Amino acid sequence: MSEPQKDAGREMLRLNGVTKTFTLHNQGERTIPVVTGVNLTLNAGECMALMGSSGSGKSTLIRMIYGNYGCAAGEILIREEDRNWTDLAQADPRDVIRLRRHRLGYVSQFLRVIPRVPAIDVVSEPMRLAGATDRESRNRAAELLSRLNLPEGLWDLSPTTFSGGEQQRVNIARGFVHPYPVLLLDEPTASLDKVNRQVVLDLIVEARNRGAAILGIFHDHEAREAVCNRFLDVEEFKAAA
Amino acid sequence: MSALLRVEDLTKSYGRQRGCTDVSFELWPGEVLAIVGESGSGKTTLLNCCAGRLEPTGGKVLYETRHKGLIDIHDMSEPERRFLMRTDWAFVHQNPRDGLRMNVSAGANVGERLMAVGARNYGNIREAALDWLSRTEVDPDRIDDLPTTFSGGMQQRLQIARNLVSGPRLVFMDEPTGGLDVSVQARLLDMLRDLVDRLGLSAVVVTHDLAVARMLSTRLMVMQQGRVVETGLTDRVLDDPQHAYTQLLVSSVLQP
Repeated sequence: MSEPQKDAGREMLRLNGVTKTFTLHNQGERTIPVVTGVNLTLNAGECMALMGSSGSGKSTLIRMIYGNYGCAAGEILIREEDRNWTDLAQADPRDVIRLRRHRLGYVSQFLRVIPRVPAIDVVSEPMRLAGATDRESRNRAAELLSRLNLPEGLWDLSPTTFSGGEQQRVNIARGFVHPYPVLLLDEPTASLDKVNRQVVLDLIVEARNRGAAILGIFHDHEAREAVCNRFLDVEEFKAAA
Repeated sequence: MSALLRVEDLTKSYGRQRGCTDVSFELWPGEVLAIVGESGSGKTTLLNCCAGRLEPTGGKVLYETRHKGLIDIHDMSEPERRFLMRTDWAFVHQNPRDGLRMNVSAGANVGERLMAVGARNYGNIREAALDWLSRTEVDPDRIDDLPTTFSGGMQQRLQIARNLVSGPRLVFMDEPTGGLDVSVQARLLDMLRDLVDRLGLSAVVVTHDLAVARMLSTRLMVMQQGRVVETGLTDRVLDDPQHAYTQLLVSSVLQP
């Protein structure tokens, strides 16, 4: 629990009583409860690891925070620039879009791209959407792709034919091109070799140091220990089947 | 800031046949709303009522005009509505022949819209037409050719150019890539996506194709038998569908 006085101004994300159940209407109305009553607070400068076995709801929770999965019960509060809170669980689509453009970033486990867009444009897009010029965005994208050791010859190609590791690096670059105040990472070091894994860890630490509030899933124990300063076991909120 | 389009309890019946029933939604500047559903869902009827092409049986379509505030478009006079539909609004038909004049040149198709809003200088009009042809990836050398000599994909791009040249704020699209070859579709979608984004357009797009909806839209409305059964952020509706029918639609899509 954070100390109210010290962290009150730095709290960036708060979940209150978040509960998720999937109902499969076309498969005999089967219900799959995932989590119940999740509470968490995340402050600027923190990197929190979500822990739990496969299927415990870690990715589901991250997707709910991003607004990709619905949240029917509970609150998902994110701090706006003007210091007010917005409940993502209730927000209109246009507010979720706005938050995703400026304040909330997400590096998913798998890259999903439009087939014909060159890698460098895939990476620079979030920065353009946040208001930067084409040139600034492209430069920043190039910087990140270089750091992640993606050969320049690939930058103008669509990532659809890239290897898993190359796609993941494009995905990560895309997540770090704009300095989001809150960043969600789902297995950012999976599919990466040792060298690139370290680059990603460096990027996370840099983001943390500039004040980002980061929530991440890391199966890699060492990676987790290297960058996270808080830990949450999602299994604590396991819903009864 | 206020909503650009507000639809309230919109209903259209054809005798005892219901086209669409009690549809309400708001569209804000910069939003792209996709309406998906299978044949007979009422999505095209809804689009046509919203776009002023069909008079609803009940309900309202309110548009935030540039100078006169919020107006019910079916309260406007016919000339006023038609003017709106040629300037602030655009309508992209599924079949480009429905949205083009096939007996005048490509350049004229694009230039006509400009002339309709008062442009008079031939040189400027031709230049604007060339600009738009290149933006929609139509070979500028074809500016004096008749659309009948164009391929389907090129005709569709020409239709889009004709629609966008007047600088509309709101674009209605009825299956904009339907009937085109897959590779042509893909290129068109990329172009549409880019244009909508760069021009900050608002759009209502009817499609039966969920992949098109995912690619073009930020919001999604699912229709079944004339009613909206689910609505929300596009990726949320597609990745975490709540309604039985939406779940059915999503699970029915083939993955190559």
